[in-house]
Amino acid sequence: MRYARDVSALIRKDLLLELRAKETLPSMLLFVLAALTIFHFALPHGTGHQAALGLLWSALIFTALLGLTRAFVAEREQGMFDALVLTPCDRSAIWLGKSVAVLAFLAAAEVVALPAFAIFFSGVGGRTIAAVALADVGICAVGTLFGAMAVAGRARELLMPLLFLPAAIPIVVGGVGGYLWFLALYDAIFALLAWATFEYVIVEA
Amino acid sequence: MITGRGLEKRFGDRRVLRGVDVDLERGGFLLVTGRNGSGKTTLLRLLAGLSAPDGGTLELPSRETIGYLGHEPLVYRELTPLENLTLFGRLYRVPERAERVGMLLERFGLWDVRHERVSRFSRGMQQRLGLCRALLHDPQLLLFDEPYNALDAEGAALLDATFDEPRTFVVATHEAARVERRATQRLAFA
Repeated sequence: MRYARDVSALIRKDLLLELRAKETLPSMLLFVLAALTIFHFALPHGTGHQAALGLLWSALIFTALLGLTRAFVAEREQGMFDALVLTPCDRSAIWLGKSVAVLAFLAAAEVVALPAFAIFFSGVGGRTIAAVALADVGICAVGTLFGAMAVAGRARELLMPLLFLPAAIPIVVGGVGGYLWFLALYDAIFALLAWATFEYVIVEA
Repeated sequence: MITGRGLEKRFGDRRVLRGVDVDLERGGFLLVTGRNGSGKTTLLRLLAGLSAPDGGTLELPSRETIGYLGHEPLVYRELTPLENLTLFGRLYRVPERAERVGMLLERFGLWDVRHERVSRFSRGMQQRLGLCRALLHDPQLLLFDEPYNALDAEGAALLDATFDEPRTFVVATHEAARVERRATQRLAFA
């Protein structure tokens, strides 16, 4: 119960910070719409649905990357990892709170991106929506862990894509192929790994 | 309350702490002095549990009994003082949170600005809020790294009054004269 309360307080904090700063979500929305527009004009007329779907997944992965890169800005610039680590809350609650907040931003971007994709290319089926929802969980679970790792490094802007993009390859494979079981398995494995290892990432060696 | 033996800390090839011993009883006041880069901040981070020593042994009390104020006030700048202290009050499971937060804001002269964003505050006001955060959960052990930084005369007096409370203190400062008489132990880095 305490764990849930801690996570809820941390999610609320991140949503409030975004509400004030209005930096991450507008950037993600603008990016995904711009990417889909570019793909719309770049793709030859009559291109198949599967190719267009591949571009949708690329756009979503890079939009998520944008959000994840900004996820720990306040913690990095204001030294807030120290403040959070000092509290008696379980350190994995910090990861879970941040993951859920990033998930909320990504879902909000997708609420705009999926209809835009349907307008530019072709309709989005229930299986694709389910795949996107499952992929979001994995993206946020693993991306938040890597985001925290990147914050600790010197070349953080470089480190984040280098860590995240290879880990996102299975998500694209599962997403484009519509392998829901594969995405669910990815979510379970990486969420568990991230949950268990986050503590070691944020505490200075 | 704190027992450290032969503490060592390295950053790459540079050894910042070498064989430091700390033995602080409950109610003690350890004054840490030394020039810039001598290891004061590194020691306080070890004692706060924010960093692990590379050598030696260190016994610390549990996290909820430690209050820490470092070089930064460690508050979210886009939140208000009330929102910051409410958040940390929740994470520290402070009983009667609203009363405790209100009392600290009043005490450090921040009640009237409790709904303003911290980003609009002067550095001194941010430091006062950092003190509120460090004291929020009524910790037995307070670790202060240059606590007089940016504080005006009134803020410094409020901090001095904090040192009168029955707690255990570790204070690293260049203004040693202000707290010298309170010190029960001293650690001077070369």
